[in-house]
Amino acid sequence: MSTATHAHSQAASSAPRPVYGLIAEFENPGDLMHAAEKVRDAGFTWWDCCTPFPVHGLDKAMGVKRTILPVLVFFAGASGTAAAFALQTFTNSFSFSTWAVVKVTGYPYLISGKPMMSLPAFIPVMFELTILFSALSCVGLMFLFNGLPRLFHPLLQNNRFRRATNDRFFVVIEARDPKFLRGKTEAFLRTLGATAVEAVED
Amino acid sequence: MSTLSAHSSLDRDPDDNTVEIPGTRAPLVLHLETFAEVTSTVCRVAEARRAPMAWYVAFALSLSLLGFLGFCVTYLIFTGVGVWGLNNPVMWAFDITNFVFWVGIGHAGTLISAILFLFRQKWRTGINRFAEAMTIFAVICAGLFPGVHVGRVWFAYWLFPIPNQMDMWPQFRSPLLWDVFAVSTYFTVSLVFWYVGMVPDLATLRDRAKGKIQQIAYGLFALGWRGSNRHWHRYERAYLILAALSTPLVLSVHSVVSFDFATSQLPGWHTTIFPPYFVAGAIFSGFAMVLTLAVPARELFGLKDLITLRHLDNMNKVILATGCMVGYAYSMEFFVAWYSGAPFEKFAFVNRAFGQYWWAYWIMVSCNVITPQLFWFKSIRTSIPLMFILSIIVNVGMWFERFVIIVTSLANDFLPSSWDQFTPTWVDIGTMFGAFGLFFTLFLLFCRFLPMIAMAEVKAVMPAADPHHKQSHDHGRAH
Repeated sequence: MSTATHAHSQAASSAPRPVYGLIAEFENPGDLMHAAEKVRDAGFTWWDCCTPFPVHGLDKAMGVKRTILPVLVFFAGASGTAAAFALQTFTNSFSFSTWAVVKVTGYPYLISGKPMMSLPAFIPVMFELTILFSALSCVGLMFLFNGLPRLFHPLLQNNRFRRATNDRFFVVIEARDPKFLRGKTEAFLRTLGATAVEAVED
Repeated sequence: MSTLSAHSSLDRDPDDNTVEIPGTRAPLVLHLETFAEVTSTVCRVAEARRAPMAWYVAFALSLSLLGFLGFCVTYLIFTGVGVWGLNNPVMWAFDITNFVFWVGIGHAGTLISAILFLFRQKWRTGINRFAEAMTIFAVICAGLFPGVHVGRVWFAYWLFPIPNQMDMWPQFRSPLLWDVFAVSTYFTVSLVFWYVGMVPDLATLRDRAKGKIQQIAYGLFALGWRGSNRHWHRYERAYLILAALSTPLVLSVHSVVSFDFATSQLPGWHTTIFPPYFVAGAIFSGFAMVLTLAVPARELFGLKDLITLRHLDNMNKVILATGCMVGYAYSMEFFVAWYSGAPFEKFAFVNRAFGQYWWAYWIMVSCNVITPQLFWFKSIRTSIPLMFILSIIVNVGMWFERFVIIVTSLANDFLPSSWDQFTPTWVDIGTMFGAFGLFFTLFLLFCRFLPMIAMAEVKAVMPAADPHHKQSHDHGRAH
C-alpha cells in the first residue's frame, strides 16, 4: 500500500497531490453494467463499482467471485451449538472444577428426576446460541472482509461521489492498478458513456 | 414486454395500487419516479430543522408517560413487589402479561424483515425499517418486566451464567432460563439486523449532511460505507443469512415464551397447542401495532408514496389471516379441554368464559376473533380511519388474551380453598401505560433522526433499478 502510493507520487510529481484513482459517473444501472463489462474485459484488477443499492447482475458483469462468508458462518453456528452444550453440561451436570479466569465448579442439579445429562432440556439454549454465534459472526466477518469500519476514504472526500449513495452509479479505477495510466484510462472511461470522469485525490 | 407495461400503466389509476391487473405487477412506489426523489422524500424527515408540531405533542406525551414509568419502577424497587396486586395463587399478573404482550408485538417486525424477505415479498421494503425498529423498542419494553419482576433487581445477574459467591449456576432445565437466552438472542440479532440494514441509508444521510455535527454523527454510524459493489456482494449474502437465521429464531422466541406456561402442570397452561398459537397471536398483534404506527407516521412525514395503500391493505390481510388462526386456537383449546376428559382442564376453560373474569375473556374474543372479520371487505381494508381503529382494537384484544391466559388460570387452580382474585393496583396500571411511554419515546426519536424507510431497498425494487429498464423519458438531468 505505502510503496504503491510512494511509487505513484513520484510518477505524478507535477500534480499537487497524488491521485487515488479515477471515477466515472453513470446515470442508470444499465449504463453502469455495460461499462463494468468493458472494464472487466480490459483486464483491470483494482477497480470497483459504487452504487446506491445492489444492482442485480453487476457481480457477473464485474466478475466478482462468490464470497466464502456462508461457509464460515456455518462453522460459527456449529461452535455456538457446541459452546451451549458445553456450558449447560458443565454447569448443570457435573461437579467438575476448572479455571476460567476464576475457579469455577459445576453444580449437578437433580431436577424433577431428570437425568443429569438431560439433552432435550438443553436443546432450546443450544438453538439460541447457534443463532447468536452465527448472526454475530456473519455481520462481523462481512464488515471485516469489506474492510469496514473505515472512517476515512479518499472517495468520501470527493463532492461528486456523494451521489453514489443517492442516485448516481460510479466506476472507480484505482491508481495502484498495474494497467492504470492517468490519461489513457481517463480516455477509456470516457468511451464507456460516462456522464463525467474525474480524478480523486488521495 | 415494454408495450404491455406501457399499456397497463395507462389503465392503472396512478393513485391506487390496490387494484390487481392481470399480467402486471402493482407499483410499490407511487408518483416518485427517480432515485433522487426517493432519497429526498425519506431524508427530508431527518434533515428538517423542525419536526411537525404533532411530533412535539406526541413526544411530550410519551416523555411524561416514560417519566411516570420511571417513578413506578423506582417505587417498586424501593418498596418491593408488594406494591403490585399480586397474591398467593396469582403470582404472575400484569408484569408477565405485559412481557408477553411486548415480545409478541416485536414479532411482526422480524416477520416483515426476515420471513417476507425469504418469500421475496418486495412490498416489505416500504415498511421493514420501522417495523424492525418497533421490534427492538418492543423487546426493550418486554425486557423491563421480567427485570423488575425478579423482586430484588440488584440480583438480576443471577439470570446469567456468571460465576458467583454461592458457587451456583442457573438451572438450564427451566423454561424461564430458556426465555432469558431466547429473548436476549432475539434482541441482539434484531438489533444487528436492523443496524446492518440501515448502514447504507446512514451513508446517504452522511453524504447529504449540511452541518458538521450531522456529518460526523451519521458518518460514525455509517462505518465508511461507500456503496462498493464488492461490499454489496458480501452485504447481500450476509443479509440473506441473517434473514434465514431470524426466521427460525422468531418462531422459537414466542415458542419458548409459551413454554413458560405449557411446561407447567396448571390447567389452562398445560397445553401443547401453545407454541404455534402464541406465534400466530404474536404476528397478529405485531401487525396491528405496525399499522397503529404506520398510519399516523405516513400522514405526518409525507411518506404516502412509499407506504402506499397497498402496503396497508396487505398488512390488513395478514391481520385477518392470523386473527382467524388465533380464533381457531381459542376454539381448539375448548375442544381439547372437553376431549381430554380431565375435570380440572374442563373447569379451567368454562371458568375462563363464564367465571369471575368472563368480561376479560369476551373482550378478548370480540377484539381478536370477531372484529378482524371486517377485514374481509376491501372497503374496510383500504379505509385509513377504520383500519386505524381496528388495529387499536386488536392491540387491546391481544393484551387481554395474555391477561386471560395468565390470570384466570392462576386464580382458580386445583383447590377451591386456595383461590383468590387479582385486582391491579395503581402501580400495575401505571407501569403498563408507562411502558407505552417508553415505546413511543424511542419510536418518535427514531422517526426524527434515522431513515424511517429503507431507501436502498426501495430503490432496488423500483422499475428503474432493473439494468434492462428502458428509460421512457429523460429525467434526473434537471438537478
